Amino acid sequence: MKKTRREFIKLAALGGAGIAAAPLAAEASAPIAAHEDAVGMLYDATLCVGCKACVASCKNVNDMDAAPAPNDADRLWDAPEDLDYRTRNIIKLYKDGEGDFSYVKYQCMHCIKPSCVSACPVAAMQQEPGRGIVFYDKDICIGCRYCQVACPFNIPKFEWPKAFPKIVKCDLCKFTNLKEKGIPACCEVCPTKAVIYGKREFLLAEAKKRLAEHPEKYQKEIYGEFEVGGTNVIYIAGESFDNLGFRELEFDSNAAFSENIQHTIYKGFVAPVALYGFLAFVALKNRKNHGHGHGHDAKHEGKDGSEK
Amino acid sequence: MVPKSNEYMALHREKILTPSFWVLLTFTVIGFYCIGLRYVMGIGAVSNLSDGFPWGIWIAYDVATGTALACGGYALAIVIYIMNGWKYHPLIRSAIVTSLFGYALAGFSVMVDLGRYWNAYSFFIPSRWQVNSVMFEVAVCVMAYNVVLAIELLPAILERFVHSTNPRFPKLKEFARKIYPKLDKVLIFFIILGITLPTMHQSSLGSMMIIAGSKLNPIWQTGFLPILFLINAMYIGYSVIIFESTLSSVAFGRPFEKEVRIIAKVIPYLTAAWLIIRFADLYYRGHLSTAFSGDYYSKMFLAETLLIAGGAYMLTWKHFRMSPRWVFVSAVMLCVGGSWYRFSVYIIGFNPDKGWAYFPSLPEFFITLGLVAFEILGYMVLVKMFPIMPNLEGHKKSA
Ligand code: SF4
Ligand code: SF4
Ligand code: SF4
Repeated sequence: MKKTRREFIKLAALGGAGIAAAPLAAEASAPIAAHEDAVGMLYDATLCVGCKACVASCKNVNDMDAAPAPNDADRLWDAPEDLDYRTRNIIKLYKDGEGDFSYVKYQCMHCIKPSCVSACPVAAMQQEPGRGIVFYDKDICIGCRYCQVACPFNIPKFEWPKAFPKIVKCDLCKFTNLKEKGIPACCEVCPTKAVIYGKREFLLAEAKKRLAEHPEKYQKEIYGEFEVGGTNVIYIAGESFDNLGFRELEFDSNAAFSENIQHTIYKGFVAPVALYGFLAFVALKNRKNHGHGHGHDAKHEGKDGSEK
Repeated sequence: MVPKSNEYMALHREKILTPSFWVLLTFTVIGFYCIGLRYVMGIGAVSNLSDGFPWGIWIAYDVATGTALACGGYALAIVIYIMNGWKYHPLIRSAIVTSLFGYALAGFSVMVDLGRYWNAYSFFIPSRWQVNSVMFEVAVCVMAYNVVLAIELLPAILERFVHSTNPRFPKLKEFARKIYPKLDKVLIFFIILGITLPTMHQSSLGSMMIIAGSKLNPIWQTGFLPILFLINAMYIGYSVIIFESTLSSVAFGRPFEKEVRIIAKVIPYLTAAWLIIRFADLYYRGHLSTAFSGDYYSKMFLAETLLIAGGAYMLTWKHFRMSPRWVFVSAVMLCVGGSWYRFSVYIIGFNPDKGWAYFPSLPEFFITLGLVAFEILGYMVLVKMFPIMPNLEGHKKSA
């Protein structure tokens, strides 16, 4: 049976090469572009005064629990330390010794090609067609937390202390303020218009305008313009984005790359079916050559089991 | 045709309630107690998982690594039915049983890990399928494979009833007698499915972490994760067979399976292919220097690579291949190194951002330990009730 074996090794190598080559083929895919109707937010860190009105109104409007400070015996005061299952939106302060400081707002970036949506096995994480809002449906979610693993900004949060937990993340107030008043709560209440809502196109143009008018005030880059394929929430700031807690990210979308690999391997389910067909062919041929040799009634021949 | 008796498979006739049974049972009980806690008080109460490290050992060990350790059935089936090295191997049934238990363990752990387990039926509702998701592919494939493994095991169960001398269940015996030949005819198609499915989901287990992008250290993050995981599953699978057969020959006083040496010959080829892809990829992406920089991640990389390469290198020498002890040692090295690689991809090399860290909590350990103990327990009971283990008599004849 040396011949079949050689054939098999050849074909296995071929199949292996197929899986191996997938990443190379996947790399050559088209770039991602935002939909013309895509909406998002622009946060200008130089305008933010750190009043946290956005944090308060986000909680109010979206009916989130308070996150009391650990030593707050009365549990009356909402003092979230970071984003978590009670906090979709937070303001933090960066300050160095030399008097440089800047506030920064964290919430979902509403990626143009969101990893969380691509990862979710049951379509509980979804992206609205057109406007591109990334939102979550707890009635479908199985709680696998793959969205958390996938998100480059670590945005989706999980209700760890609860027996019946869900995922929590900013959904641009899709079901609350945006639906009722046409503007997300955080943008509505911001007293200095540090965070504004609008079409991505408009926001990007506005950001570029501000950079051009006051180059001395701003960092050169617009965070979110290209990161992970671009995000619908974009940032401009006077401090470096590294100091503001933003990781330096690749400009390619991991989600697109991952999907391309999967699609290359599983396109139309041809490869798995072909693999099955081929294996069945070889196995049946082997069986025929050996008589009915696949089970309990096979003759167990010592010579077959010895080294060739 | 119903066999008069199985020449090659035997019941392992021995007491079930041995001391090791009680030890395993203790661990199982502790594990299940912790699982109970998890369901009442939430995942946060029993684990060190966090929003930065949403996956811990339940996924990294029980699913990502455990299923590779359960690839013995897969690896052996390739040799028997496709490469046709020999027609029939006495180890196939015990390999299928361990595969079944390994994969069932993964399925069980997933149900512990899933936060909203009551929604798991979403996988059976086509409108909720999200085919872009790597996890969707893995989940469906693993579920299907569990069914296939159960079917592959059915002949052993049926044989038990066919040869049953217990007159209490004449119907059952009659039924087994009828169904056995039918199953026997179509079994080969399930066996092939049992080779196709692991090929798919083992490579996908690698693809799973691609979407994490730079959250996974560049030493491990690559588009070649699927092929690396696939080959890794194969050599782990073969190593596990060596491991198992050595243990069973010691524990049950069976002679050393000499076929093991042939498997030992296949491993170096697989490992060599794996190492070539691994290093070529690191070189191609310009991260060879990262891998050898000597920092924490680099040390982890070196450890897993040395174990894998060392174990395989030993097997290239006939001298070592002929010695049961050394074959066993290299199989252990390959299992540990190969599993270590998987851990690196899922936990060790994963760094979501500054300020996050993960080390499993005691209850997390106990849950995994308890499930593994439960698995071994089931295996021990099963081989004593059904003809799974190689028949010593039939085996001697062929040796
Ligand atoms: S920032 Fe994270 S949660 Fe928000 S859309 Fe992007 S991937 Fe999804
Ligand atoms: S936790 Fe829920 S939303 Fe996130 S990936 Fe899993 S099923 Fe989807
Ligand atoms: S858009 Fe809505 S949900 Fe998102 S941070 Fe602002 S207020 Fe909160």
